[in-house]
Amino acid sequence: MFLINCPYCGERDQSEFSAGGEAHIVRPKQPTELSDDQWAEFLFMRKNIKGVQLERWNHAHGCRKWFNMVRNTSDDKIHAVYKMGEKPPIK
Amino acid sequence: MSKNLRITNSKFIDQTSRISFKFDGKTLYGFKGDTLASALLANDIHLVGRSFKYHRPRGIMTCGSEEPNAIVQLGNDSSMTEPNTRATEIELYEGLEASSQNCWPSVNFDIGAINNFFSPFIPAAFYYKTFMWPASFWEKYEYFIRKSAGLGKSPTKPDKDIYDHKYLHCDVLIIGGGISGIIAAKTAAQNNLNTVLLDDKNNLGGTTLFQNNECFKINNTYSSEWLKKEIESLNSFKNLTIKTRTTLAAYHSYNYLLARENLTDHLSLIEKKDKIRQRLWKIRAKKVIIATGAMERPLIFNNNDRPGVILSSSIKKYIDYYGVKCGQKISLFTNNDTTYETAISLNKSGVTINSVIDIRDKSNSSIVKEAEKLGIKVHWKHTVVNTNGYKRISSIELMKLSDDGAGVVGNKSKEECDCLGISGGWTPRVHLFTQSGGKLKFRDKDNIFLPDKSESEQISIGSCNGDFELDDIIKNSNKSIKEFLNLNSSDYENLEINCSKETDKKNIWLLPSNKPLGKTKPFLDFQNDSTAKDVKLALREGFKSIEHVKRYTTTGMGTDQGKLSNMHALGIIAETAGVKMGELGTTTFRPPYTPLTFGTIVGRNVGEFFDITRRTPIHDWHVEKKAEFENVGQWKRAWYYPINNESMHEAVQREAKAARDSAGILDASTLGKIDIQGSDASEFLNRVYTNAWSKLEIGKCRYGLMLNEDGMVYDDGVTTRLDENHYIMTTTTGGASNVLSKLEDYLQTEWPELDVYLTSVTDNYATVSICGPNSKKILSRVIPDLDLSDKEFSHMSFKNALIDNIKCRVMRISFTGEHSYEINIQSSYGKSLWEKCFEAGKEFNITPYGTETMHLLRAEKGFIITGQDTDGTITPVDLQMDWIISKKKYDFIGKRSLYRSDTIREDRKQLVGLVTDDPKEVLEEGAQIVSEANKKPIEMVGHVTSSYFSPNLNKSIALAVLKNGKKLKGQKMFVPMKNKTINVTITDTVFLDKENKRLNA
Repeated sequence: MFLINCPYCGERDQSEFSAGGEAHIVRPKQPTELSDDQWAEFLFMRKNIKGVQLERWNHAHGCRKWFNMVRNTSDDKIHAVYKMGEKPPIK
Repeated sequence: MSKNLRITNSKFIDQTSRISFKFDGKTLYGFKGDTLASALLANDIHLVGRSFKYHRPRGIMTCGSEEPNAIVQLGNDSSMTEPNTRATEIELYEGLEASSQNCWPSVNFDIGAINNFFSPFIPAAFYYKTFMWPASFWEKYEYFIRKSAGLGKSPTKPDKDIYDHKYLHCDVLIIGGGISGIIAAKTAAQNNLNTVLLDDKNNLGGTTLFQNNECFKINNTYSSEWLKKEIESLNSFKNLTIKTRTTLAAYHSYNYLLARENLTDHLSLIEKKDKIRQRLWKIRAKKVIIATGAMERPLIFNNNDRPGVILSSSIKKYIDYYGVKCGQKISLFTNNDTTYETAISLNKSGVTINSVIDIRDKSNSSIVKEAEKLGIKVHWKHTVVNTNGYKRISSIELMKLSDDGAGVVGNKSKEECDCLGISGGWTPRVHLFTQSGGKLKFRDKDNIFLPDKSESEQISIGSCNGDFELDDIIKNSNKSIKEFLNLNSSDYENLEINCSKETDKKNIWLLPSNKPLGKTKPFLDFQNDSTAKDVKLALREGFKSIEHVKRYTTTGMGTDQGKLSNMHALGIIAETAGVKMGELGTTTFRPPYTPLTFGTIVGRNVGEFFDITRRTPIHDWHVEKKAEFENVGQWKRAWYYPINNESMHEAVQREAKAARDSAGILDASTLGKIDIQGSDASEFLNRVYTNAWSKLEIGKCRYGLMLNEDGMVYDDGVTTRLDENHYIMTTTTGGASNVLSKLEDYLQTEWPELDVYLTSVTDNYATVSICGPNSKKILSRVIPDLDLSDKEFSHMSFKNALIDNIKCRVMRISFTGEHSYEINIQSSYGKSLWEKCFEAGKEFNITPYGTETMHLLRAEKGFIITGQDTDGTITPVDLQMDWIISKKKYDFIGKRSLYRSDTIREDRKQLVGLVTDDPKEVLEEGAQIVSEANKKPIEMVGHVTSSYFSPNLNKSIALAVLKNGKKLKGQKMFVPMKNKTINVTITDTVFLDKENKRLNA
């Protein structure tokens, strides 16, 4: 069970959070200009990395804020958390 | 009992308080401080159960949590009985009742023991191999196999005990209160750290507590005396919490641990009444020190499973701690020095020791010399090749080992005994370390797996870290603790420690015999009855991975999870396969370390605390009117209101008719309500709904459909513009929290530039919906000041109003197709508003209706319910709701997906209406639709999503999703049921009032 450092609230138990999948997948500004394949790339394709991954988390049972996390999916080590819109800290 | 097996000098047993208990119906006596196992042994009872597969007689083998055989059924009450409890861990209490498991009719005469004679025909995976054919017979086999399988019996009634969960935060958590754990606890506490020390026994001290031997001294006193003073000194620390009878069950990442504290299991039936039985501690520790010690290994030789065969160190604990002799003529069989401590203890207590059989050539340690000085005979370089005795060991046969240890030489000799102590060395308890994600390394010198790398803030100290000798334990523990806690010094720097050192080591995983392996029964896993033969068979049959061998032979499974057997299984596999043990690795140790009761896991979350139950402010009224309720998410919603023993069908027909003929009233408080404010609120709605919102006038309402980004319908509801920058959105009852989360997600991550604020107000308002041709008259009585003319208050519009000076919002919206109003009022006034409306409507026979009637009424109008008529694969086009998709808007959630190659297919499943040829025949929801009758096999082209008998149309109606449905209107289809095929005709989805005249009636 992780101990997650919410950038707004501080360290909280994992049970207060929900995971939101891979981070930095930007919704295209002009979806209508995209081909089916390009749209499918945005919609469906995820990397599912074994290793260091950037992912979205939501403090669902807390401040309800979304933020990003750098986590190693193979040993569950959380390297950093950062706010939405911020650049990922160096891995 | 004629034999006196108690010695009187034990300090840990209170021999003045006698306790009576029952085992297999027989009344026996023990003392306060006994475990069930020690009390049974004191009564000369070794045979306590039968083995799992061959039903061989089995006895007590250990004195702790690794016990594979002495597992008993506790109690006989149908709600309180507990199966598979370890007699070695049950503290004796007045009135305890226990019985043997896995035997019938009794442990002494067990019919299942016939399996033992057939054992040559029941090899590993016998059941897998034998009951494969013919496959159709499995159901018949299964009954008998299930009947003969399993150990104890589950309780049949709900558990009456109370369980509890608690959180605990600390700087340092120490697991295990043996000598190294106590050193760690005192050192941490002395340095002002908030410290917690756990031990699964009823007192601290581990095995050092009863180590009264000349060879083991600290500062010139017995190690036991020294440790007792250390334990006493712990009482002075306020920052140290000690929890005994507390087993660490699971060690998760980030130092999150679960421990089970036994609060009343050791108390008499009267004392434990109304108290919390067990508590689950949820611990978050900054640092963890694992000091869980080591387990003694058995030795693997022919017939090593007879009652009376006990681990050597356990015999020592029974004599030194409990004051119980495990036998009167004891032989010991070992490959290491620790057995000589047992021999010395037994000798001092006056127990006859036949001899020590040692597979080693020699040992020159001080403890061995001490034993030899006492006249204890040692057979060096010998092995036990067989044991005799059925329900209790009666003699052993021994032979000299060959020089390479692979065989035996010379003549067999026999030794009469009533107990055999065995020791195959020691295994560090690394279970918790590996649970936390730590990796192990192998040490060849004594064949053990040791903690290696760990990502957690933790250390292992003492014998769980491979330090087995007193001086190593103290010195290395002290060094590790200081390093881990960043300390310069401690109390344990300059101790004078004397201890025996073992220099001669020898290990043989499978001891040789004078008989071929096939003719012997060297048990590896004493609970699952798997032998060395089974493991070798598995290897011959091609299993290589240790995880596969485990599952094929069941070695290491069962309630003890192979604590005793795993190392030998690994050793034999490695040896046979010719690989190094370090490369083979271990099976995965999964939590819990010892079995947990379900009660502990669920704690207080039982019955109505299992999940939140949400009730509307009007709930009590529905209860008074004897409504039946249905669960919608966490909500209790009134389902229908039966009068005079009406069936559900009768009630719904009456309610639905009344709503269309005159007036109905519905509690719609459960609908999700989200308050939306901000200067970009209109733009936000434009982006989340398929239709356009910018031009919606203040005071008007609009129905909206929300999609997922994949274009599939997600939720729907009416949103009202209260002001320029203020909307109130309604969602489905079940979707409310998900919709809010989804909208928050978009606002925070995709469109942070939008000035919009979302607030869930579902619980803040009660919603009363009045519908039917007389609804206008009723509302005019409830709010006389409000102009209800169509011109002033048209369909899909909203008014603020006052009812008895209480502000409320009135929307003229309809989910039934009738002229209809929804009144939203502050929750606390919900019930009185409802009663007021009901009173005002009495003259018009206003009829309360529940969710079932609501569903029927909307189906008559072809209105969808998301989640019932849609299932995450339906687009608005599939619903034939093209009108709600804005052509002008550049983008909204899911828009692009509506013209992917798959979503523009013409032959997708589309929503249609169905009427049955026989108007009385009501289809089953979920029933499948096919295009031809009586043809098999045939493709399923759709299914029924909603189906009712409409009292207003006097016929059966249904909604369905059907492949290419749009184009098939008027055609015949078939719904095959179990005993008949129902003929249906495809229709429009709107069955009643296609012109929407009733809205303004």
